Amino acid sequence: MEDKQVSGEAAPSGISVRTAEIVVAVFLLILGSLVMYDSVRLGFRWASDGPEAGYFPFYIAVIICIASLGTLGQVLFGKSRGEHKVFVEWEQLKLVMSVLVPAAFFVFGIQMIGIYVASVAYIAFFMVWLGKYTLIKSVLLGIAVSVATFMMFEVWFKVPLFKGAFNPLSFIGY
Amino acid sequence: MEEINALFHGFSVALTPFNLMLMVIGIVLGVLIGVLPGLGGANGIAILLPLTFTMPPTSAVIMLSCIYWGALFGGAITSILFNIPGEPWSVATTFDGYPMAQQGKAGEALTTAFTSSFIGAFFAVVMITFLAPLVAKFALKFGPPEFFSVFFLTFCSFIGMGKEPPFKIVAAMMLGFALAAVGIDTVTGQLRLIFGWHELMRGFDFLIAVIGLFGIGEILLSMEEGLSFQGRAAKIDMRIVIDTWKKLPKYWLTSLRSCIIGCWMGITPGGATPASFMSYGIAKRMSPDGAKFGTGMPEGIIAPETAAHAAGTAALLPMLSLGIPGSPTAAVLLGGLLIWGLQPGPLLFVEQKDFVWGLIASMYLGNIVGLIIVLTCVPLFAAILRIPFSIVAPVIIVICAIGAFTVNNAMLDIWFMLLFGVMGYAFKKLSYPMAPLVLALVLGDQAEDAFRQSMLISQGDVRVFFSNGLVGSIMALGLLMLFWPLIGKLKARMRNAS
Amino acid sequence: MDIQRVLSRGLLSLAVCGLVTVSGPVAAWEPTKPVEFVIPAGTGGGADQMARLIQGIVAKHNLMKQALIPVNKSGGAGAEGFLEVKAAKGDPHKIIITLSNLFTTPMATGVPFNWKELTPVAMLSLDNFVLWVNAEDPYKTAREYLDAVKKGGPNTFKMGGTGSKQEDQIITVAIEKAAGVKFTYIPFKGGGAVATQLVGKHINSSVNNPIEAVAQWRAGALRALCVFDDQRMPYKDKVTATQSWNDIPTCKESGVPMEYVMLRGIFMPAGVAPDVVAFYVDLFNKVRATPEWKKFMEDGAFNQTYMTGKSYADWVAKAEALHRDLMKEAGFLAKP
Repeated sequence: MEDKQVSGEAAPSGISVRTAEIVVAVFLLILGSLVMYDSVRLGFRWASDGPEAGYFPFYIAVIICIASLGTLGQVLFGKSRGEHKVFVEWEQLKLVMSVLVPAAFFVFGIQMIGIYVASVAYIAFFMVWLGKYTLIKSVLLGIAVSVATFMMFEVWFKVPLFKGAFNPLSFIGY
Repeated sequence: MEEINALFHGFSVALTPFNLMLMVIGIVLGVLIGVLPGLGGANGIAILLPLTFTMPPTSAVIMLSCIYWGALFGGAITSILFNIPGEPWSVATTFDGYPMAQQGKAGEALTTAFTSSFIGAFFAVVMITFLAPLVAKFALKFGPPEFFSVFFLTFCSFIGMGKEPPFKIVAAMMLGFALAAVGIDTVTGQLRLIFGWHELMRGFDFLIAVIGLFGIGEILLSMEEGLSFQGRAAKIDMRIVIDTWKKLPKYWLTSLRSCIIGCWMGITPGGATPASFMSYGIAKRMSPDGAKFGTGMPEGIIAPETAAHAAGTAALLPMLSLGIPGSPTAAVLLGGLLIWGLQPGPLLFVEQKDFVWGLIASMYLGNIVGLIIVLTCVPLFAAILRIPFSIVAPVIIVICAIGAFTVNNAMLDIWFMLLFGVMGYAFKKLSYPMAPLVLALVLGDQAEDAFRQSMLISQGDVRVFFSNGLVGSIMALGLLMLFWPLIGKLKARMRNAS
Repeated sequence: MDIQRVLSRGLLSLAVCGLVTVSGPVAAWEPTKPVEFVIPAGTGGGADQMARLIQGIVAKHNLMKQALIPVNKSGGAGAEGFLEVKAAKGDPHKIIITLSNLFTTPMATGVPFNWKELTPVAMLSLDNFVLWVNAEDPYKTAREYLDAVKKGGPNTFKMGGTGSKQEDQIITVAIEKAAGVKFTYIPFKGGGAVATQLVGKHINSSVNNPIEAVAQWRAGALRALCVFDDQRMPYKDKVTATQSWNDIPTCKESGVPMEYVMLRGIFMPAGVAPDVVAFYVDLFNKVRATPEWKKFMEDGAFNQTYMTGKSYADWVAKAEALHRDLMKEAGFLAKP
């Protein structure tokens, strides 16, 4: 995979490793600062009977910040730290997004119409769009998976799964 | 031998057609539960507990413990095939199991995992049979400082294993600790790191993170690899089982070591998850092929699986003899005993001979039945990989979403799962290691609780961790593990010098 | 549907006032889908055991046409479960089992929730607390033990308990107040762990519920000093070789003037019709009549006080005030 990216006639375009490194390091830095902030509120000292509630989170956050500053420093000032390497090519990113975006819609769907109905739609959509299966086949498989999970969770194991804000299955009494 | 007699009596109790049927049902249900992430062990048994309410206690516990064995077996399946650990203790199995499956050796990996599980469990059952009263006493020696030392040892035997940049290893591990701290703090009862957002109260469950980081992250990665919409070739032949078995005996030392680690962790009770991590870490240090761990070494499957299963089985011993649950699953089983009108504790072995020895006999039988069932299914499991990606991927995501939901019955967790998926994808590509993050997440708050309880006991005196022989030697062992790589280097230098 | 509801609303006021104890088809309402039984605690704990026992009893004796489905919502010391039921206003298919965290959790964490935002259904029982020490220690009575604690100086003796700023720690604070002593309180995650730590002598005493410590008591590893109820437990069958639950003196008898019992009760979301409440009250009446329930009560040495309707709500209000006082004094209330 690496070779494919680095070699090749023209350097393939995409998000560079450098950018990705910076984004993740900054993300961790922000996270660390947030944790530090809350730990100070909780008390981060070593009291007479051992550490307070914020003691460990505070130092954990300090270490996170130091480590991400370290990574950041290496990326910004180190030599040839992947400046020309590509983190993800646009083509690849498109493929990744083709899974991620529908997945996000799927989760949103669960929130609205519940796991069972959203699953049918998601599986069918995925198979038709990316797998080029026929609509009938895809919908049938989606329904099969949903019915199987429904039987297993709701009926046999008695584990209620999320039915969504607008429960479309309320007519069958669940 | 009194135990042998009692055991044979136990077999006569367990070996009725009705009980055998319950065993098979239990194993199959257990495998199913183990495969579904989120519904594993403790949850699964809690859910099925009321179903056993109408059975005689011995039959009920046989069925439930078989569900437990089944779940232990089942957890390995998705870890190996899809990089999704169905159970916390099978995380370490993904490290080498998934690469093996990727290389077309899924059948081999599964056989290795199942066989190791069986060996671990068998070792533990034999120990329970003959050493029960002796060993049970040992568990009582564990107070907060001793618990902390066990966690310390687990971390130490796992730290510093990666080839990733040190800054990133540290960042990943600390991120795990930070996530583990979210939610209520056991020692002070304060809500930590929730920033006024009450949905965060339940904290980040380890399984949510794992399903996202490993499962969803992996799907995103394989998507990128240029439409691998074809299933991977995997041999689906019963012969693979025999062929694998021929290769296994040479790993006897790893097996034995893992059995001992597992039993010890099950009894103490540290539990199956730390046992699997510790065993993997130590195997990596001790094995001549240690450097190749993570690329698909059978030893990397044997070590965690054997230890997890030995620990899972051994955890039942303190439950039966002391009434202390050695694992969350054992805690639920313990509740079961009360519901069936039995009283776990030191007198159970005296007052309920039929029940105890029936259960122990069923451990032998259940594991044998389980091994046969899962091994015959190896080709079937391996064949799943042949299903085209565009069918498997959405189904996996649906199952992951269900799993994420069932852990805490929380919708928000499904969103977190997706978020962790993106994080897993980015982390893997930027070589932030996932293992330390996961380990810190699963053991972080327990280790912190144990540490702070110790501090309360000693009124803030850190010397409590070296206050007696037991805790002192575990801590010393931990330090030894921590500096093991350095010691190795020193040794090499001395050899070069001479 | 509406007419039915209006009609039954007439019945309800009667029903709630106490007629409900008459079993039989009083209520017109019946669940039309599975009923979610929220447990604001983790799997394996006392509340979880009781909820799953009830589920088993309901299923075994066919007490309800629809299934009763336990769901654990243990986040934030149970706050998650309470918030969910609070949010499910008017949902007749949701009930919740509570313990003292009904009061302690919102007070200690500041989570916006109060029991008045729920509908009280029934008090199932009250759980007892017993002061335990290791059987190898020389203390035979609560007085002897507390004298030793006093002599030892503050923070020398370690009291183990479940969770922080919850019932176990509140009892500890109450003992300290009543006896003029000071313990080091060590919080653990579960009652079973506490009992084991006491057997292993990592702590000096505990205030476990009977059911959490009974196994060790019977095995002669623990000694029961006194029970925190205002009267002795009524169970006279021998549990250990020499003692029954009834032989344990109350703490008051032993010169520790305090009492504490913990609620094991059922609540529902606010805004449900009275006939719905009547249905559940009737259901729990039937559960209480089964031999399995009676055995469980006896095994766990529960105080079998049973209340519904107004008397129950009054009891809860009183208990809340008591908790507020104790927690205020101990400095456990969340800072605003």
